[in-house]
Amino acid sequence: MRKILYLGPLILFVIIAIYFAAPILDGKDPRILPSAMIEKPIPNLDLPPLVRTKPGIDNQSLTGNVRLVNFFSSWCGPCRTEHEFLMKIKETKLVPIYGINYKDKKNAAQQWLSDLGDPYEKIGRDIDGRTAIDWGVYGVPETYIIDRNGFIQYRHVGPLSQRVFDDKLAPVLTALRKQEND
Amino acid sequence: MIAELGHYALVLALLVALVQTTVPLFGAAKNDFALMGVAQPAATAQFLSILFAFAALTYSYVTSDFSVINVAENSHSLKPLLYKISGVWGNHEGSMILWVLILALFGFAVARFGVHLPPTLKARVLSVQGSIGVAFLGFILLTSNPFLRLDPAPIDGRDLNPLLQDPGLAFHPPMLYLGYVGFSMAFSFAVAALIEGKVDPAWARWVRPWTLAAWTALTAGITLGSWWAYYELGWGGWWYWDPVENASFMPWLSGTALLHSAVVVEKRDALKSWTILLAILTFALSLMGTFLVRSGVLTSVHAFAVDPERGLYILAILVVFIGGALTIFALRAPTMKLGGLFQPISREGGLVMNNLLLSVATATVFIGTLYPLFLDATTDQKVSVGPPFFNATFVPVMIPLVLLMAIGPMLAWKRGDLPAAMSRLWFAVLVSLGLGVFIFWVNADEPFTPVIGFALAGWLAAGTLKEFGDRVGLFREKLSQSLARARRLPRSTYGMTLAHLGLAIFICGAVADSAWRTEVVINAKESDKASIAGFDALLEKVERQQGPNYQLERATIVIKKDGEYITTIFPERRFYPVQQMPTTEAAIHTTFLADIYVSLGEGGKNQGWTLRLWYNPLIPWIWAGCLIMVFGGLISLSDRRLRVGAPFKKIEPKKSKHSGLENA
Repeated sequence: MRKILYLGPLILFVIIAIYFAAPILDGKDPRILPSAMIEKPIPNLDLPPLVRTKPGIDNQSLTGNVRLVNFFSSWCGPCRTEHEFLMKIKETKLVPIYGINYKDKKNAAQQWLSDLGDPYEKIGRDIDGRTAIDWGVYGVPETYIIDRNGFIQYRHVGPLSQRVFDDKLAPVLTALRKQEND
Repeated sequence: MIAELGHYALVLALLVALVQTTVPLFGAAKNDFALMGVAQPAATAQFLSILFAFAALTYSYVTSDFSVINVAENSHSLKPLLYKISGVWGNHEGSMILWVLILALFGFAVARFGVHLPPTLKARVLSVQGSIGVAFLGFILLTSNPFLRLDPAPIDGRDLNPLLQDPGLAFHPPMLYLGYVGFSMAFSFAVAALIEGKVDPAWARWVRPWTLAAWTALTAGITLGSWWAYYELGWGGWWYWDPVENASFMPWLSGTALLHSAVVVEKRDALKSWTILLAILTFALSLMGTFLVRSGVLTSVHAFAVDPERGLYILAILVVFIGGALTIFALRAPTMKLGGLFQPISREGGLVMNNLLLSVATATVFIGTLYPLFLDATTDQKVSVGPPFFNATFVPVMIPLVLLMAIGPMLAWKRGDLPAAMSRLWFAVLVSLGLGVFIFWVNADEPFTPVIGFALAGWLAAGTLKEFGDRVGLFREKLSQSLARARRLPRSTYGMTLAHLGLAIFICGAVADSAWRTEVVINAKESDKASIAGFDALLEKVERQQGPNYQLERATIVIKKDGEYITTIFPERRFYPVQQMPTTEAAIHTTFLADIYVSLGEGGKNQGWTLRLWYNPLIPWIWAGCLIMVFGGLISLSDRRLRVGAPFKKIEPKKSKHSGLENA
């Protein structure tokens, strides 16, 4: 009996090790959106505009063709990191980006765009963070790929960069465009 | 060339570590002194090779050799020298080199100073230590080689994450690793003892200094990390129960338990298999920290670049070493002789309770940290466990622990007298009640938690001081006699007293800050004012300046109270162009009782700047308490009985009769 007691720690450890191994062996990335949101239509939204020259965002404006939706804030450091790359996407016309300005001061966000450039087609203000909750946003910045029917196809948490784009987003975009042409 | 030499030195270290693992182990089994003797020069050679590799990498950083990928990705020619050096361990590959360097340093120290260890034990300890070296050197060479070249070499590097360019964080990783890796020593001793099949008080005497050294360094490392988070991240908080923070806190908790249970083995020859198990688990938690930070299994703000291959490799190391050690434990521990018996009410009983509570505390942190992982694996649900969970589970375990901390040291070994101990604690009861009532009175409308917190802290501080006073016969004998007695007390007694007092001070700081912190956020233009906790802050001006590798906005803020000038502080907002990243450098005015903490946000001359002001009562006590704990650890470490090189003296069994006066 006493011997079995001494086996306890080993058994417990083996169970924990299996739990540790599972996500790695599955190739799971904790930053990938839970399957619950993927291939679901975007939640209802109707957001007021941030700048006078561009309209806000509602469900209508997010359907039609493949696009990115990017949650950002002027107070968020990593957003600044990815901003340069967003500008590059805009210049090279890779894919249109729609911005959702998350829990931000209007002045600060406008200043941010005039300082760093405006990579967005349309920008909506998510003043109280309600929309972000509906989308299940972990934290800014976060970027979603929406297909032409307004369904969420991919989610990336954290700043975008050339490498992230090439490795993760580009394959999804290519696949979606191929479907469109079929 | 230098980088290639460093690479070569790592390969050499791996080969030497292989020899260190196999030959002495075989020698110990055959009782062959020549083969066992190989361990010593091998440990020295392994340490020197890794030291050379570390120096080579540092050289590449200092000379900004961007043909080395690791340097190009993490350094920049304009970076100040301190951060060029700290950049060596500010990334995954370099930090692993530091990891094995410290591992080899501990092995070297045992080889060099453990002259009085029985030869077979020493050979086996160094062999186990060497095998950990083999695993991690292999890991570095196969998946994380920092000496790989880049062709063509870029003109300049990508710079270190600006948040890490900070003096607090320059020294945080080395201290933390000294702690993490230091527990490898306790692990090696535990496994060697299991192989030998013998654990005795002498064994505990050899293990304790290493555990104490690791504990002290880990305490310092966690404190530095928390202090850095406090002033650099600009959120005004100091602990977030983030997975990575928890990863360093778990080995601290179980290491603290180990420190106390080793005392029981040393003094009473009891709790032997439990102590062995704790030594294995503490190192397991240290390894798990390394795994969690580098595998991407959990998301955290300060995780390293994520790589599944590396994660799997470290997991394999974890499974081989901890699984292996626990297997030997299951086979060997039941055959070990049971040690001395004791009554539940005794010093041993108190230390068993201490271990039980610390283990439960470790388990709560473990469950809170890993619950998201377990849930995700079984149900695909995503959750994050935050401070409310830890406040609701961890804190209640700490309350009985703190209550016990004042009583335990008053109990005699073997059979204690609880009423007698309690009657010595009336002073602590008075202080505790007094402090509680005082806080209740000044804090009438607020939640009740600070009342409990301060009452506990008062109880602990007064109980600890009373115990020390009784030891030196304060107020019972003449002052000169008391002083003479105080001089004769072992240093480890001072260590314990200081560490326990440090915790009391820490509790005051933590409780006060969480209950009474106030925060004000305003949008201020030049010559605007804000007031917080009775202080007035005037934003005098904001200037643009140029730093060595960043641009900055620097605000001048004058703090006054009732119209009287207190101080001028300068919060900064920096922008690092290479990484395109802003950082905030909060300005902090520290007084004995509180911090005034100001951070400068986004803004401009016309629309004003966002200013965040915090009034953090007693927060300096958090760092002060932790520093006192570290200091206690250092004092205790300098105790002659624990000194690593001290001539070996046989333990006198008679001594334990008076051990009511000995330290815990």
